[in-house]
Amino acid sequence: MTQLFLEQALNGLQFGLMLFLLAAGLTLVFGIMDCINLAHGSLYMVGAYLVAAAAQASGSFWIGLALGVGAAALLGLVLELTLFRQLYKRDHLSQVLATFALILIANEAVRMIWGAQPVMLNPPEALSGPVEIGGFFYPAYRLVIIAFGIAVAGLLYLLVAKSRVGMWVRAGASNREMTEALGINVQALFTVVFVFGAALCALAGGLLGPLLAVQVGMGESVLILAFVVIIIGGIGSIRGALVGSLIVGTVDTLGRALLPTLLRAILPADAAANLGPALASILIYLLMAGILFFKPQGLFPARA
Amino acid sequence: MAFYRPAPYQKPVVVALLLAMVFLPNLLTAFGQEFYIGLVTRMLIFALAASSLNLVLGFGGMFSLGHAAFFGTGAYVAAICMSSGISDALFVLPLAMTVAGLFALLVGAISLRTRGVYFIMITLAFGQMAYYLFVSARAWGGDDGLPLVGRMTFGGMSLSSDTAFFYAALACLALSILFLGRLAGARFGRVIQAIRENETRMEALGYPVFRYRLSCFVLGGALAGLAGALLANLTGLASPHLLQWTQSGTLLVMVIIGGVGYLYGGLVGALVLLMLEEVLAGFTLHWHIGLGLLLLGIVLFAPKGVAALFGKQHG
Amino acid sequence: MSLRLTALAAALMLAGSVHAADKIKVGFVSTLSGPGAGLGVDIRDGFNLAMKRLNGKLGDLPAEVLIADDQQSPDVAKQVVDKFLKKDKVDLMTGIVFSNLMLAVGPTVFENKTFYISANAGPSQYAGEQCSPFFFNVAWQNDNLHEAVGKYVQDKGFKNVVIVTPNYPGGKDAVSGFKRYYKGKVAEEVYTKLGQLDYAAELAQIRSIKPDALFFFLPGGMGINFVKQFVSAGLSRDTQICAPGFSADEDVIKAVGAPMMGMFNSSHWAHDMENAENKRFVADFEKEYKRLPSLYASQGYDAALMMDAAVRDVKGRVEDKAALQKALEAKRFKSVRGDFKFNSNHYPVQNYYLRAIGKDAQGRVTNKTMGTIFTNHADAYVSQCKMK
Repeated sequence: MTQLFLEQALNGLQFGLMLFLLAAGLTLVFGIMDCINLAHGSLYMVGAYLVAAAAQASGSFWIGLALGVGAAALLGLVLELTLFRQLYKRDHLSQVLATFALILIANEAVRMIWGAQPVMLNPPEALSGPVEIGGFFYPAYRLVIIAFGIAVAGLLYLLVAKSRVGMWVRAGASNREMTEALGINVQALFTVVFVFGAALCALAGGLLGPLLAVQVGMGESVLILAFVVIIIGGIGSIRGALVGSLIVGTVDTLGRALLPTLLRAILPADAAANLGPALASILIYLLMAGILFFKPQGLFPARA
Repeated sequence: MAFYRPAPYQKPVVVALLLAMVFLPNLLTAFGQEFYIGLVTRMLIFALAASSLNLVLGFGGMFSLGHAAFFGTGAYVAAICMSSGISDALFVLPLAMTVAGLFALLVGAISLRTRGVYFIMITLAFGQMAYYLFVSARAWGGDDGLPLVGRMTFGGMSLSSDTAFFYAALACLALSILFLGRLAGARFGRVIQAIRENETRMEALGYPVFRYRLSCFVLGGALAGLAGALLANLTGLASPHLLQWTQSGTLLVMVIIGGVGYLYGGLVGALVLLMLEEVLAGFTLHWHIGLGLLLLGIVLFAPKGVAALFGKQHG
Repeated sequence: MSLRLTALAAALMLAGSVHAADKIKVGFVSTLSGPGAGLGVDIRDGFNLAMKRLNGKLGDLPAEVLIADDQQSPDVAKQVVDKFLKKDKVDLMTGIVFSNLMLAVGPTVFENKTFYISANAGPSQYAGEQCSPFFFNVAWQNDNLHEAVGKYVQDKGFKNVVIVTPNYPGGKDAVSGFKRYYKGKVAEEVYTKLGQLDYAAELAQIRSIKPDALFFFLPGGMGINFVKQFVSAGLSRDTQICAPGFSADEDVIKAVGAPMMGMFNSSHWAHDMENAENKRFVADFEKEYKRLPSLYASQGYDAALMMDAAVRDVKGRVEDKAALQKALEAKRFKSVRGDFKFNSNHYPVQNYYLRAIGKDAQGRVTNKTMGTIFTNHADAYVSQCKMK
């Protein structure tokens, strides 16, 4: 029982870091440029397809991942230069409409290029099975996700909080005119941030591809989760996104693992069987509503 | 933005259009195109739903992404009434509005503590909760939805013919728009628009800001419930699909296309979007690309929406 | 002799000019966009392939197939069907993938007295109390493939089984179908969220139970997520994984690949079935679309052949509903799955087979037929159907 609990806790951590990979790019673009990007999920989908295609062509998952992420970054650059640059200054409603339009275009374009059926993206052979850690078996590939999640969190922290570029970016976000007056090209800086965000999206798509279906519409299913995470954590805060991911990951995992058993102990079997799964499905939304009720700006509000 | 004011030429245009709508079924029947009566009815119902969101979003300044929850709730109320043998519209429609309104009261009371993007997401969270609850509610058909056997009656009059139901939907929409127009010009409408513009100032002037916003949110929810009940009667089904966040998104897109904060914004947006769908889908199965490009064009070149051409806003 | 023949021909022509349509219109509505689109596209491709084989004709009459997308939304499906019935006045309909959409449009179609040939959705309602003379299912009743898995698991002597399905009515139906034939111990019924991404928590729970077999029904992307994660967790070593055919068909195999090897599933059709019709279908399909057909494609193909045979039977007089119904019931076409017949509720009575996923002669990962689970199997609801 303890061992199962430990394994579930590790699962929670793992799912949390998975969510962090999804949310990191979103919170950057959202927090720094104040731009609601519904097409975040589409970049994730396109990233996964590009990685799958590159992995298939090169025969190696890792080469595929690198090429796919590079290609997605390039796509991000094109999008920023042609469209997003104009959206930063617009209100949230215009951003929602424009990026909703991008979702429609991306889904249809992917369907036209790769077909309506899901495509294959498998982990490298060496990581496809489980490994033994501390008395139980755990999928090796999920450990890779954990490692990447931690690495991305560390890298982001260093970049945003410790580096000079990060300082400029934060300055540009809080007062664009003043920063420009100091001789910093904020426009170019924002382009860099957006491209970096797109690359993170594609990285998430490529890394999660071996665990999840790579298909049209996969972006929308993660989009909501990513938003929930950054809202709970507080928009624009990398620390918030990390904490939010871990909370959501743990609550969701433990909810699914424990709720049915718990309810069976206190309710008649029939009622428990109906209530348990329903409650587990809405748990993270309850959590978000609850957190926002007490902390209307999320746990770590980035701006006052 | 500033207070909503109708353009001087608006009234005659609307009256003329309404008259045209009254004769539309006869016209369509004369040309053997009865099918379009159902299609237009659907447009009218979505116009009502989008208008209800426009009250919340455009006039109240509350960016809700959970509006479909109220829309769907109305649909389920209608279906549940029908399955328990209650079919009089004079009872069903007010009940649908009341239940949807009460649900909005609960959601609003909690959500309105937050602002901006946080408000978007908390309304989305409630929408998702409602969606998952209806999906797993076996008694109401879960994912299959709850079918309606037949349509409502109106004080003993059957609405089962498409033409009769068209008039019922048209009446609901016209009355709602009339109500919204009066509301926008009345004290209540002025206050909520002023709150949208400058909340702190209104607070300082002693207006109970929270209560005004909540009332506006509840009214919007109730009207969405009305639209949902009508849609369930049109299609003969209340399904969880109506509560999905994509449905909220679609309503939102309608309002933005039409024109946020314009009385006819919701109506125009719903008509434009549904017509685009109908026309584009006829050309190609890849019509989503065309629709996406058009929406991008609207954002970039007509940022105030289509209805901005009809209604002026000036301070 | 020749005079009599001429007279007969003249009489036929006369009858033809009065009654027979000069063209058959088919309304094909299916899910062609969104995550469920893969299935709809397969049905459409199968249907189109058959139409190509028939030179675009149904029963020797030129056919027009109108294709529309339901976007997997009941509301949109209803609107499309209304258009087909009232504006285009189609003679026959087919295409819908999902049962909830079928249930949404069924009443309108039947009220309009238009025959609907279902190439996939087989809701229990239309097999039982709400059965309609205008509804034919050329695939299966939804429970059938689950029942077949249950029977296999029972016969094979598995004693400790875990079931995984999403928490919605379709999932609960799958469980009851499975349990109709599996009488052993069910250690746990796991109900997951619709559209769930991560199954780590459920897999840990399964690992702690150590079942000897696992039955799952997770349609679409959920199934792909689950299988990928199940295999990478190493659970396939101790637990035999079983699923209905639609969770283990070519579309899923194409997305998961080698990890699916060794998985058992049930189906009424397989691409390696030895009959002339099927060989032709599979070869043509591969040539046309450069992929192996799935069971959805085979059902779409059969739907077109069934329409063709029935229209020919009534000599194009599709307005004669009673005759057309008889012709459809007679089932005078050769199905790619071999022989089957229609039950009194217009659902098939047919064989169900066990398939295992492995490598074929060309080294492709695909399904291989292992044996027969049910012979001439009907559905559980037919006794509730009082067909008028």
